[in-house]
Amino acid sequence: MSNYQSSEINKAIVSELISPLPPRRLIFTYLMNALAFAFSALAIIPLFSIIWEIISRGLVGLKPQMFVKAVIDNGFGNAILGTITVVAIGSVLSIPIGLFTGIFLAEFGQTSPIAKFVRFIVSVLTGVPSIVVGIFAYGLIVLATKQFSAIAGGFALATIMLPIIALTTEEALKLIPIDQRLASAALGGTRFQTTFRVVVTAALPSITTGILLAVARAAGETAPLIFTALFSLDWSGGLFGPTASLPVLIYNLYNDPDPERNQLVWTTSIVLLGLVLSVSLISRLFTRKKKIK
Amino acid sequence: MTNLSPADFDNENLGLTDNDGANFWLDRGFTWLVYTFAAIAVAVLFLMSWIVFLEARPAIEKFGLGFIWGQDWDTANEIFGALPYIYGTLVSSAIAIILTVPVSIAVALVTSEKFLHPSIQTALAFIVELIAAIPSVIIGLWGIFIFIPVLEPPQKWLASNFKWIPIFNSQFPVGTNMLTAGIILAIMILPTMAAISRDVLLAIPKELRSASMALGGTRWETIFRVLLPAGFSGIVSAAMLALGRALGETMAVTMVIGNSAQISLSLLDPAYTIPAVLANEFAEAQPGLHIGALCYLGLILFAVTLGVNIAARLLVQWVGRRNR
Repeated sequence: MSNYQSSEINKAIVSELISPLPPRRLIFTYLMNALAFAFSALAIIPLFSIIWEIISRGLVGLKPQMFVKAVIDNGFGNAILGTITVVAIGSVLSIPIGLFTGIFLAEFGQTSPIAKFVRFIVSVLTGVPSIVVGIFAYGLIVLATKQFSAIAGGFALATIMLPIIALTTEEALKLIPIDQRLASAALGGTRFQTTFRVVVTAALPSITTGILLAVARAAGETAPLIFTALFSLDWSGGLFGPTASLPVLIYNLYNDPDPERNQLVWTTSIVLLGLVLSVSLISRLFTRKKKIK
Repeated sequence: MTNLSPADFDNENLGLTDNDGANFWLDRGFTWLVYTFAAIAVAVLFLMSWIVFLEARPAIEKFGLGFIWGQDWDTANEIFGALPYIYGTLVSSAIAIILTVPVSIAVALVTSEKFLHPSIQTALAFIVELIAAIPSVIIGLWGIFIFIPVLEPPQKWLASNFKWIPIFNSQFPVGTNMLTAGIILAIMILPTMAAISRDVLLAIPKELRSASMALGGTRWETIFRVLLPAGFSGIVSAAMLALGRALGETMAVTMVIGNSAQISLSLLDPAYTIPAVLANEFAEAQPGLHIGALCYLGLILFAVTLGVNIAARLLVQWVGRRNR
């Protein structure tokens, strides 16, 4: 036994030091713990409730032939095709611009004032309300072509995807060690060769997940589509005609008194939620693994 | 070995500063491409402001700034005023931010401090982030068919027992109202704020925690006296970014707010927001003053969210610079 425990005075001090907190502080600790856990539980309830309700209400009506029939025949085939069309147009427009903007931010600008400005504007762009993006696409495309079209919808989605792709690309490129760039430059690689053959190639998996996240986000957008791509009950007549999409289908028909249409809304939700959640789940898991390495 | 004359080491002969080879032009073209595309990305924001302004111009010229405090919205007679929509947007977002701030700070603390096993922590953070991925229209669908039936009884109880409080004084309380919209918005902006607050808390140096603990502070004393003050500006900017989200949120709000253009002090009365009226009326609006008025509303929304976002980003940058 060591000396400090033998003395009576020291024993009292030791017992005071290892005794629990005074009641006031102890109660405060337990109270705050309980509050924090209660709030956290409250925060995740909606997610489980949404997933559970959508599955339980939507699954009963899900039939394979719905995928090949149009809304007018109680299917959602045309909406799936429409969503793929507008998201594809959005991707074609936004991926190159977003990718090169990301390259500019990570490889060219870095901390220069111009890059700071570009980064600032692009991050502000992520905060623009999607309905305002809809007005933008309406003014630029719908008014010019004088009709609602998949092109206008795709343009609106591209505006939403662009900043997401640019910022995730920048983050992905920043993770590549500077040594790899130096090695490439030392071997006589030009900027183009260094960027494309070394840096972008190495960062390709995380760039892809960033693009997938942007695609998932765009596939779930409703507001910018309701007055750009509009909607159609039947198969779309082409890129320059009104085009259906899954989110707009849900929005347009959720109040429909017809029970069959109502069921269609829930089954459509299952497809949309499944699509969006699985893409973001997979891509988030993927980036998480990357970060640990 | 051949004999090399000094001339062979001349720059031009070695090709070190060669500026007409294929690689040179490839490089130069690549550089231009990168700059051009970055410029396009920046131009999008300015072009958007300009286009929305142009579309709103008929209404701006007709109504001027009086549009902002006009209270009538009469499509047939082309009289348009924005106040009920501005009021609805601001109040619903305010409810959302009041509700979401304590909850998301709690989530950020639980997922950043060592309350739980790390694997449960990351799982929790992950689940909360997943809420952000759910399409707005599906949250609206859930709100109107599942959440409102849950909310309606307590709201009716509030309306019948607390009539003397103006915010609960409603003649015919129905589920679709300002308070419901605020709660749904709170659910939607929670992941944004929780994720950013979590990053802010994780960035606070470990030494600050250790120092407080060494002085005998409990975990919650450390949180309240050290961590939250240290992360205050970061958490404020997280709340502002979340507020920007809430102001512009369209689909879920349109489905649950009741869409009634009135200014009522009671939170249990139906209301209307700027994004909701755009979603409802834009596709069927007649070109001219009606579209112009809707675009004017869009312009106001754009300006407000832009202001909130820019302030939040500047705060984030300022905090980052100070911490460095």
